[in-house]
Amino acid sequence: MSKYTEDDLREELKTKEYEYGFFTDIESETFPIGLNEDIVRAISMKKEEPEWMTEWRLEAFKVWKTMEEPDWANVNYKKPDFQSIAYYSAPKAVDPNKTLDDVDPDLLAMYKKLGISVDEQKKMNNIAMDIVVDSVSVATTFKKTLSEKGIIFMSISEAIKEHPELVKKYIGTIVPTTDNFYAALNSAVFSDGSFCYIPKGVKCPMELSTYFRINQGGTGQFERTLLIADEGSYVSYLEGCTAPSRDENQLHAAVVELIALDDAEIKYSTVQNWFPGTAEGKGGVYNFVTKRGLCEKNAKISWTQVETGSAVTWKYPSCILKGDNSIGEFYSIAVTNNYQQADTGTKMIHLGKNTKSTIISKGISAGKSQNSYRGLVHIGSRATNARNFSQCDSLLMGNECGAHTFPYIEAKNKSAQIEHEATTSKIGEDQIFYCNQRGIDTEKAIALIVNGFSKDVLNKLPMEFAVEAQKLLEISLEGSVG
Amino acid sequence: MLKINNLHASVEDKSILKGINLEVKAGEVHAIMGPNGSGKSTLASVIAGKEEYEVTDGNILLEGEDIEELAAEERAHKGVFLSFQYPVEIPGVSVTNFMKTAINETRKAKGLEDMPAKEMLQLIREKSELLEIDRKFLSRSLNEGFSGGEKKRNEIFQMAMLEPKLAILDETDSGLDIDALRIVANGVNKLKNKDNGVIVITHYQRLLDYIVPDFVHVLYNGKIVKSGGKELAHELEEKGYDWIKEEVDA
Repeated sequence: MSKYTEDDLREELKTKEYEYGFFTDIESETFPIGLNEDIVRAISMKKEEPEWMTEWRLEAFKVWKTMEEPDWANVNYKKPDFQSIAYYSAPKAVDPNKTLDDVDPDLLAMYKKLGISVDEQKKMNNIAMDIVVDSVSVATTFKKTLSEKGIIFMSISEAIKEHPELVKKYIGTIVPTTDNFYAALNSAVFSDGSFCYIPKGVKCPMELSTYFRINQGGTGQFERTLLIADEGSYVSYLEGCTAPSRDENQLHAAVVELIALDDAEIKYSTVQNWFPGTAEGKGGVYNFVTKRGLCEKNAKISWTQVETGSAVTWKYPSCILKGDNSIGEFYSIAVTNNYQQADTGTKMIHLGKNTKSTIISKGISAGKSQNSYRGLVHIGSRATNARNFSQCDSLLMGNECGAHTFPYIEAKNKSAQIEHEATTSKIGEDQIFYCNQRGIDTEKAIALIVNGFSKDVLNKLPMEFAVEAQKLLEISLEGSVG
Repeated sequence: MLKINNLHASVEDKSILKGINLEVKAGEVHAIMGPNGSGKSTLASVIAGKEEYEVTDGNILLEGEDIEELAAEERAHKGVFLSFQYPVEIPGVSVTNFMKTAINETRKAKGLEDMPAKEMLQLIREKSELLEIDRKFLSRSLNEGFSGGEKKRNEIFQMAMLEPKLAILDETDSGLDIDALRIVANGVNKLKNKDNGVIVITHYQRLLDYIVPDFVHVLYNGKIVKSGGKELAHELEEKGYDWIKEEVDA
């Protein structure tokens, strides 16, 4: 039967460019490439930081110099040359008093392309946006509504100046500068990021949202996020990323620290769509992220992530369940296609009594990609009656991809209850044909099957994010069955 | 409505259908019987447009149009429906969601808007009653953990929802107990009308007591070797297939 086959389809999709692969021409001020103490000082000075911050960065840089890039993850890539990266790039002429109307029209146009109309978001979605473009926040909205509740939501650079006592008290307490190679690097050179503080007993009335975007070619991005939920407070935080198409690999090494004090709850949702490289495995973002949260008594932290992008992903959003009765959750969908590699998972560190954690990981691999789940459940000796449930499911498409599961369990308390379930399945020709026969074309069929597979995690995302995430899954897997 | 001329088809270079001729007119029910491995399911798959099968000669005309160039979903849009012998599971996708997608994709192909939710719900209610399906069943994942009978009943429910022009029931009776068989057959009979055609593929006479065929064809070794009225099915039930094999091989 000669007709439009999947081969034709694949061919067509190969030539289709990365949806968000465009480059906006904004004048940037970029530091000379390379990293040394002077550069670290210059970044700090550029950002008009106080002395203690500069010292903190220099300390981190010292530590970083003694460290080696980790290689235990199940990924293969050419190690970045850290001396050939520019460590600071900011859109020019940032004025903190700027309103959205003053924002570079090119930038606004870029957001439109991404489907993020700031104005619309402001009016309709009840979302406060703190937009980070190439490291410096250019617009912060809804600040006023939030400030009435005493909520602080601003770029971390601003917070260092305006709320030094809070930043100083918490930064580096969850992810110390010495934690790992990338965290140390981030601590030394972080360019910007978000800061959020929810006061005691306050329920944040809206989803807080940040869009990150790498814009300048060859510029590493080192975002730093610090989120503190004070006693009895609640916040839902959204982080979404898209990156333009570039040939050279771009390094992204973010650090996110969450602190949930007694009875507080933090929901942290991420949709990550950095440029995954071309179908031939050329280019793409290296994403080496350290995300960790601390739960005090009765506190709860939920990480939900949809990872579709990056050439290489190394990321383990974790919870330290320090307080009694605290709860940690990790819901993840990781999609890899073509030559993408992902090594992602979580660490649930149970220290307090009656602590509970849930891990649901859905890995979807297509093309020639490799997708690994790596997770640690640690039950400390004092964590009486700790409970964990882990479920790791893998979905494979085609015969050339790989799915791997590396669960680690350390239980030092006999009362612990730990459950682990794992499944591996494959999207079959039979499933596709069944859908085709009902009038559903192959692309739509894959989307349907993948959405069904990912449903448990998609359901955990805030509504508007869930819709976006579903679309992303479709885009990421286009042309992946054959 | 369906006209198959001298159809030859093979899979992985193995020739399976070796010159099938068959005409199904609107309002007719045709039964295709035959021993295992005679090519019955292959015929169903080839009509539905499964890619692994290659048509090497002959053609299939649906309402006068040669459908060889059409993809499986395009044939479905034109009203071809296959009730699968082994329906597949799609975890996490509810029966309702699946049907909604199928109906709206078909409407989209015809340039129509999505079916309004209210209309969809009404249709679901009506058709699930027809097949005596508990509506709780419809929010379960498609075919996941379904019994053999539930799977087959679900196939006919889908057929009822999609209202095809040509329905092919591939061994719909296998795995059904007598009550389920009656319900399924009853559903098919109610859906049958003067504008659509039905092809029933089966091993046994049993189903044909409920869905009475206008014609019975015996498929053997990739060819229709005998055709007749419903009494042929009774004869086969009594005498088995050996006498036909002998007739053909002689």
